[in-house]
Amino acid sequence: MAFALLVFLTIITAATPLLLAALGEYVVERAGILNLGVEGMMIVGAATAFAVAILTGSSVLAVLAGIGAGMMLSGLFAFFAIWLAANQVASGLALTILGIGGANLIGAGFVGMKRDTIPSLYLPILSDLPVIGKLLFGQDPFVYASLGLAIAVAFWLARSRNGLVLTGIGENHASAHMLGHDVRRVRTLAVLFGGACAGLSGAYLSLIYTPFWSPGMTAGRGWIALAIVVFAGGRIWRLLLGAYLFGTMSVLQLHAQAGAIGLPSQFLSALPYLATILALVALALRDRRGQGVAGSLGQPFIPDR
Amino acid sequence: MRLELIPRQNVSRWREWLTPILAFGVALLIGGLVIGLMGRSPARAFQVYVIEPLSQGWAIQEILLKATPLMLIGIGLSFCYRADRWNIGAEGQFVMGGLCGGGIAIATQGMATQGIGGWWIVPLMLLAGSLGGMIWAAIPATLRNRLGVSEILTSLMLVYVAQLLLDYLVRGPWRDPSAFNLPQSVNFDAAARLPVLFAGGRVHWGLVFGLLAALVAWFVLSKTLFGFAIRATGEAPRAARFGGFDERRVTLLSFLISGGLAGLAGVAEVAGQIGQLQPSISPGYGFTAIIVAFLGRLSAPGIVLAAFVMSMILIGAENAQIALKLPLDLARVFQGLLLFCLLGGEALTRYRLVLGR
Repeated sequence: MAFALLVFLTIITAATPLLLAALGEYVVERAGILNLGVEGMMIVGAATAFAVAILTGSSVLAVLAGIGAGMMLSGLFAFFAIWLAANQVASGLALTILGIGGANLIGAGFVGMKRDTIPSLYLPILSDLPVIGKLLFGQDPFVYASLGLAIAVAFWLARSRNGLVLTGIGENHASAHMLGHDVRRVRTLAVLFGGACAGLSGAYLSLIYTPFWSPGMTAGRGWIALAIVVFAGGRIWRLLLGAYLFGTMSVLQLHAQAGAIGLPSQFLSALPYLATILALVALALRDRRGQGVAGSLGQPFIPDR
Repeated sequence: MRLELIPRQNVSRWREWLTPILAFGVALLIGGLVIGLMGRSPARAFQVYVIEPLSQGWAIQEILLKATPLMLIGIGLSFCYRADRWNIGAEGQFVMGGLCGGGIAIATQGMATQGIGGWWIVPLMLLAGSLGGMIWAAIPATLRNRLGVSEILTSLMLVYVAQLLLDYLVRGPWRDPSAFNLPQSVNFDAAARLPVLFAGGRVHWGLVFGLLAALVAWFVLSKTLFGFAIRATGEAPRAARFGGFDERRVTLLSFLISGGLAGLAGVAEVAGQIGQLQPSISPGYGFTAIIVAFLGRLSAPGIVLAAFVMSMILIGAENAQIALKLPLDLARVFQGLLLFCLLGGEALTRYRLVLGR
């Protein structure tokens, strides 16, 4: 029982960064923009947050710096992909390459340093409940933030006027433009939100998940987050499911490695990537193509005058 | 204030060719600014990154060596990108090429001395390497064709899988038993090495393959119906469909060409340069080649030139690491900047920017 509980706890910590980044990209893609730079924004968020944490000693400032770094990079993407109508796939790749290089520059002076993780929030009384107490009420602040954000995003997109405008713009930017909505402004804000989420996710990685900085520490999580958005197919509950499934996958991989079940460790390390491909295939077999994808996803938009 | 994009009626040729040159210049300026902010002299950096690689004999040889894989992969990628197909997993196809070709070298180890092996080993390796890259690229293409799965994510995920597979083989079944537990294969026999072009030098036949590939690619893309089908599919998919071009065939073939050339680059790298298999056989050539393809404006002659330019920057970055204590990652930052500058330049070529109210 205690072991199962421990596994559950590690699944939650593994799923949280994926959920955070995927939520951001989900909103971006609902607005009709494909930002492939998640990995780059995430890793710069991780490096910046860790550097600020060491320099200032403040976790709050570190998290804010991570978010800010993610937003700065996403702003660069928005300028090229939205305002200059550049190819979104290429702009996203440029962002990832720039981000990975930039993160290594930022983090170079901090390799090998260590820092205590941000303490979990133990909600009084509730977290003392047997079994579920620690599971539900003894998590770190990011876990609650990610779940709260998921609910907020779901409601905002489906119930608020602005959320519907954003979805409409993603569905058909030309019509939305003719109705008088400022397509590029809304999309820019969506992309900035995506950057903030990716930066936050990176901060989680370097402040809590593994409380140190090492080059390449995101290990493709940004790309997996992109796959989770595809997996979600326009529904937030499936986004949550996807993030937790992939979280489970990476934890199983760790436990299998520790338990040495006879398979070479490289096969287990390859599992999340193979699972991503399998998930995309399974999804395609179930749904017809294009379901739950914003109608104008990836297409450049140039307003008429 | 509003940023307006006014489409240009017709774009002059010189403007098209000036764009990448200007973009490169702007990226150099920004890079110099970053170096200045890091407390080094940008002028000295320019000398280390650009002048020294071009003015020293050994460095020119290194440029040719590094340009070889970039050229081969970039040429292949241009087929995909022309067709608006996003193969971003060339790094994995490169690794699979090295792995399959290297596998042949390991399997035929010692045959030459026993009199069985000989001239056929290297051609077989090149074939196996190209096939390995093709198979690895066929996976995302087939998934896209059959199931509509985005080729972007699948091709990238397969990079990690290929790297881990190579890592496993080199640390496990293919490890050289006499290498004191070092994760590396045996040194390939001389019969399994790609010959060098000039005695005493290090530049190997891979460079010739790259230049030949460029020549063939230029011909195919600009003079044949298949090339037209690729360009039409990329630029006007609806028209291409009405014109009777098979979209799926274009997808599969562009991926096979791209994967095959990346695989060939991989086997040329292990057989021509490294001489054995190691856990990592590429410093990210597959990703750098994406930038090379765009810097060369997806045209074969442009890509050849771009491969040399990018290779020069990579050599410069290695120099700068020693001479200026500047991190190697600056080269990657520069690559990202360069791609952004190219995309910006592209926009300025196609549109006139007007700041409205």
